[in-house]
Amino acid sequence: MTQAQTDTIQPEVSSEKVIIARDVEKWYDNNFHVLRGVSLTVNKGEVVVVMGPSGSGKSTFIRTFNALESYQKGSIEIDGIKLSHDLKNIETIRREVGMVFQQFNLFPHLTVLKNVTLSPIWVRRWPKAKAEEVALQLLERVGILEQAHKFPGQLSGGQQQRVAIARALAMQPKIMLFDEPTSALDPEMVREVLDVMRTLANSGMTMVCVTHEVGFAREVADRVVLMDSGVLVEEATPEEFFQNPKEERTQKFLSQIL
Amino acid sequence: MTTTNPEPSALSAPPTAQISPVAWAKRNLFSDWSNTILTVVCLGAIAWLAYGLLNWIFTQAQWQVISANLRLFFVGRYPAQLMWRPWTVLGIIALSAGLTWGILARSTWLFNQTGLVVLGVIAAICVALAVPVSLNTSLLLLAILGVSVAAAFAGQRIGQRFPTLVSWLPLIWLGIFFVVFGLIRGGLFLQEVRLDDLSGLLLTLLTAIVSIVLSFPLGVLLALGRQSNLPVVRWMSIGFIEIIRGLPLITILFMSSLLVPLVLPPNVRIDRVVRAIAGLTLFSAAYLAENVRGGLQSIPRGQSEAAKALGLSAPLVTVLIILPQALKAVIPTIVGQFISLFKDTSLLAIVGFAELLGISQSILSNPNFLGRYQEVYAFDTVIYFCCCYAMALASRRLERQLGTGQR
Repeated sequence: MTQAQTDTIQPEVSSEKVIIARDVEKWYDNNFHVLRGVSLTVNKGEVVVVMGPSGSGKSTFIRTFNALESYQKGSIEIDGIKLSHDLKNIETIRREVGMVFQQFNLFPHLTVLKNVTLSPIWVRRWPKAKAEEVALQLLERVGILEQAHKFPGQLSGGQQQRVAIARALAMQPKIMLFDEPTSALDPEMVREVLDVMRTLANSGMTMVCVTHEVGFAREVADRVVLMDSGVLVEEATPEEFFQNPKEERTQKFLSQIL
Repeated sequence: MTTTNPEPSALSAPPTAQISPVAWAKRNLFSDWSNTILTVVCLGAIAWLAYGLLNWIFTQAQWQVISANLRLFFVGRYPAQLMWRPWTVLGIIALSAGLTWGILARSTWLFNQTGLVVLGVIAAICVALAVPVSLNTSLLLLAILGVSVAAAFAGQRIGQRFPTLVSWLPLIWLGIFFVVFGLIRGGLFLQEVRLDDLSGLLLTLLTAIVSIVLSFPLGVLLALGRQSNLPVVRWMSIGFIEIIRGLPLITILFMSSLLVPLVLPPNVRIDRVVRAIAGLTLFSAAYLAENVRGGLQSIPRGQSEAAKALGLSAPLVTVLIILPQALKAVIPTIVGQFISLFKDTSLLAIVGFAELLGISQSILSNPNFLGRYQEVYAFDTVIYFCCCYAMALASRRLERQLGTGQR
């Protein structure tokens, strides 16, 4: 991310498409048809929130973007690179796509700082000094600079999730995926994580978030999509999605969560 | 000070229960008549056993069989004119152990209560050896102990100056191992001692340590191979592990000592000791692989997913993220495995090696010491126990060392 983007408060969504998913279909081993032809296009700088009941395949869908889940039909293109089964290709794409998980998944045997510098040093081959400088900047940005030399187990859930965000950002990805980043948090810690995500969105990062946080979706999202039973049901701006949903399924879902 | 404002320390300190030993005994041993009976019976049994044991040790046992053969027990038939080499090795190990201890304990007390007790017992044994062996040996041992303690103090200083040294300790010990091995074995400008000529505790330690050092990486590779995505690697690992686990160690040792020479072409000769070590290593590696696999499976899937999502390649995910956590989780079982491997070297006596147990048997067949089974085997027991207990202590220390930042 460049300095100019960081300073922009109202980023412009360009028409450059960084994620193009076409008719993605996936079956689990037990022949469960989890994705039934899902298509989604995300433009550069756009924030897309994916909602839907549990088991609708929304997590599975965004996990296909960085090949944590395989798919059997359709095609996915990330930043102009077609996702294939080739390991080199997958690793190239993963370098450009950061991911934040529901369970944080920090590495418990490494300090916070080492969690953040690990992949810049081993994947980007940065010298240690540069990686640490960038890491400390990021940790300051997410507000946990003082904890840099602690181990993940010594931090609260909210702090751990902010470290996880800093860890993903350290690779300077073009796209960030959030897989229910606040679902495992105590209520009083949700806000600190959402604040970090909001700042990130305002800085022009392309983000795809699976979340149930309606407030976040209303305020930050450029588009909200609803998935149900492996199908993308509705795709709309937040205003339209929450005030005036077209599909009956969306209306039912909203009546349950609002 | 007012009563409404007590000292904060008085407020926050947990209540401590100080009771006298008499009160303790009353509460725990003689609380009612059934407990009293139990206590009296148990105390009686303990006293009876202790009396029998002490009586045997001090009046009935004839310890000349031990004192006359001490050198045989420890270094076997190592050439007498080369005895300086085992002594040097002992010195090097004592020095390195002292330094290591100091480096590990750089920020705490060097000797806690247990440490002082162990040190005292060792010193007492060294002094006591003056009577049955010789004053010189006793003084030499005390000097080596002194070197070790001095090294511990020096190690503490060094550790404070270079805290990163801790992570190099395993490599340093590997280096020490090669130096020690070279000294025992000879070669280069030193007179060579054939491996097959080694015996006594020296042979026990050599086979055990070499097998441990070799079986560890092999076991880890087998565990990883068993989980590999490549079918050939996976099936070969499973096949190897299951075949080895299906055989008793003694048959593997018999095969290595009897079958291998028959199979090999006549001009190829492998030392018997090397073959035995190979057998022990393969056996231990198969069990180790299963222990490590347990550790690998205990790491949540999210760990490898997070590492992959960061762009790390599969080998890096394994080496940087999965293995360190998996191995840490199974240290107690791995050390248990090593302890049992150490004791399993006694099976070598059956296939004709003169390691500690084997040399004991040949001492017992000496007409001067006929029938002194109890003394010899009691001595062997103490030696085995000391070695195994040392390993257990080292493992506890290692666990504490790696325990920082537990989840």
